[in-house]
Amino acid sequence: MTAAAQTAEAAGRRSTGTVRRLAGMLHRRPRLRLSLLLTAPLLWLAVLYLGSLTVLFVSAFWTTNSFTSEVVKVWSADNFRALLTTPVYRQVILRSIGVALAVTVLCAVIAFPLAFYTARVARPRWRPLLVVAILTPLWASYLVKVYAWRLILSQGGLADWMLRPFGLSGPGFGLPAAVLTLTYLWLPYMILPIHTALEQLPDNLVDASADLGARPGRTFRSVVLPMVLPSVAAGSIFTFSLSLGDYITVQIVGGKTQLIGNLVYSNIELNLPMAAALGTVPVVVVVLYLLAMRRTGALSSL
Amino acid sequence: MRFTRTLQVAAATALFLAATACGSSGGGGSSATGLNPPDLKAPSKLGKPEGQVNLIAWAGYVEDGSNDPKVDWVSDFEKQTGCQVHSKVAASSDEMVKLMKTGEYDAVSASGDASLRLIASGDAAPVNTDLVPNYKDVFADLKMQPWNSVKGKAYGIPHGRGANLLMYNTQKVKPAPTSWSAVFDGAPAYKGHVTAYDSPIYIADAALYLKATRPELKIKDPYALDQKQFDAAVALLKKQNADVGEYWSDYLKEVSAFKSGDSVIGTTWQVIANLAASEGAKVKAFVPKEGSTGWSDTWMVSAKAKHPTCAYKWLDWIVSPKVNAQVAEYFGEAPANAEACAETSDKNFCAVYHAADTAYWKRVAFWNTPIQQCLDGRTDVKCVPYAKWVQAWTEIKG
Repeated sequence: MTAAAQTAEAAGRRSTGTVRRLAGMLHRRPRLRLSLLLTAPLLWLAVLYLGSLTVLFVSAFWTTNSFTSEVVKVWSADNFRALLTTPVYRQVILRSIGVALAVTVLCAVIAFPLAFYTARVARPRWRPLLVVAILTPLWASYLVKVYAWRLILSQGGLADWMLRPFGLSGPGFGLPAAVLTLTYLWLPYMILPIHTALEQLPDNLVDASADLGARPGRTFRSVVLPMVLPSVAAGSIFTFSLSLGDYITVQIVGGKTQLIGNLVYSNIELNLPMAAALGTVPVVVVVLYLLAMRRTGALSSL
Repeated sequence: MRFTRTLQVAAATALFLAATACGSSGGGGSSATGLNPPDLKAPSKLGKPEGQVNLIAWAGYVEDGSNDPKVDWVSDFEKQTGCQVHSKVAASSDEMVKLMKTGEYDAVSASGDASLRLIASGDAAPVNTDLVPNYKDVFADLKMQPWNSVKGKAYGIPHGRGANLLMYNTQKVKPAPTSWSAVFDGAPAYKGHVTAYDSPIYIADAALYLKATRPELKIKDPYALDQKQFDAAVALLKKQNADVGEYWSDYLKEVSAFKSGDSVIGTTWQVIANLAASEGAKVKAFVPKEGSTGWSDTWMVSAKAKHPTCAYKWLDWIVSPKVNAQVAEYFGEAPANAEACAETSDKNFCAVYHAADTAYWKRVAFWNTPIQQCLDGRTDVKCVPYAKWVQAWTEIKG
């Protein structure tokens, strides 16, 4: 009994000593401290994130057994060749990029005046409330919102009903409907950065421009726009990449339209390597887009 | 009330997404093609129940009340046999095949193409139907079919079936159609409002139509198409694409499209037609004069089953009249067991789903997986395999 207690006490002393020695060592070597601290998150980034991208890219070079659909690990660039030479793939890739660009432009055009109002025109005490209002749609489920748009755009739905007095009808399901719905979905991501940029714009710059005789239009062009443009670019990174990867919205309101995501989805079970090859396309496009946006300084205003 | 309905539809949607996956599978090939499965033996008698059974199933086939407390046919099975059920819902036939290859599962509710692949690879064992007492009541036209038997050997117990019907809006489509031509050659009349099933297996629907209308193509089996026949079917679908408003793969989407009038004519399942009609859509669904395609699922036992007795008990349970009626009503398909018709909660159920209507099912070409050896027995040509169908389907949609 006593012997056991003594042993336990000794062990306790020893462990306190070890902890103290370790603490001392970490204190003396800040680099070791830092690397220990960063190992876990870096492993996460490298293994789970970059690792899965690598697996995606590597598996794009494999093929499948046509009867069992099992992946055959034989190297071949056939999938990428098919990607570049098959007209339907080229068409779908271009269409997807077109949709992403259209959504981005529409978002920017709608978001700018909205953000201008919330950041500079509305009374300061209302501004936080308006920002909350802009964010509210993000609290609702993505699917609920898309199905709501399906109802709005269906025959005799809200869109038809509102346009009827003008002798028009809604766009129905198809590519325009998909662009419209995606614009609605990603709009808050565009408004927020622009709102922030406009809010931080010093008043005295606008005043100075007016003092120097510039009309509002000129002030907007020469003072406001150049300062806010990086934020528009930052917002566009969200809208562009989110639209490029989407495949559910287009399934629900896009009629018979196919985008890259749909092709990936339809290949995932039966031809995984082809799905992987298709999956690398948006990755490459988004990387190129990011490189282009970096030149505008968008990445530092995220 | 309305919300509950929506939830039900959502649940049903999930089910039918699963059934969609059956589409990407198909039925079995006939033994005429020389499919030579490994020589496996079915058990001649059962031992003591092993205490558990591991199943792979489509959503809605193995319900233990966890999705809806009122929908439960597993608890009684567990009580009666002492076999604890562990079920894994698979989203597609390919997933089923992959899971079966692990050898950790005892039985699977395989759709047509999965069943043939499982038989060919030796993952599924022949089934001794004498050990499944309820098998005797299964409709004769479901027994020993190309997708559940090879060379006179049964490989599974039929679960249920359904046909792909032609549905139309009775107010907007006049005169009432009698033929698939309404969605092919006659489709421009409903431009932008035609719908079709979103799966490569839909190419077989076009082939079925060509079989009747273009005899010079000599199509015998819509799942056995040589390059020329296949190209004709694909060309027909590419032409149809111009008039298609949207393709459907989920249940909810088609119901809503017919309710709103976005779709006025196209393929459907009986359960969708019933649901759309019950929600006020003016629709009718029927088998056109050319016949139609359809699906039929089979419960199969793994060759590596660790709990074969419990697996057999499950096979017998799922086709027992009461349970078969329950699962058929929940899923919306015709039951396999003839006695099930007396057990349905809706007394009209079997009539609506044509469960016992042999003449009706004669006109249905059940889903099969197209393989290179032609399923119709031709040996002088090579048929287009399913992988090519998948590719063509992408091109058809453009």
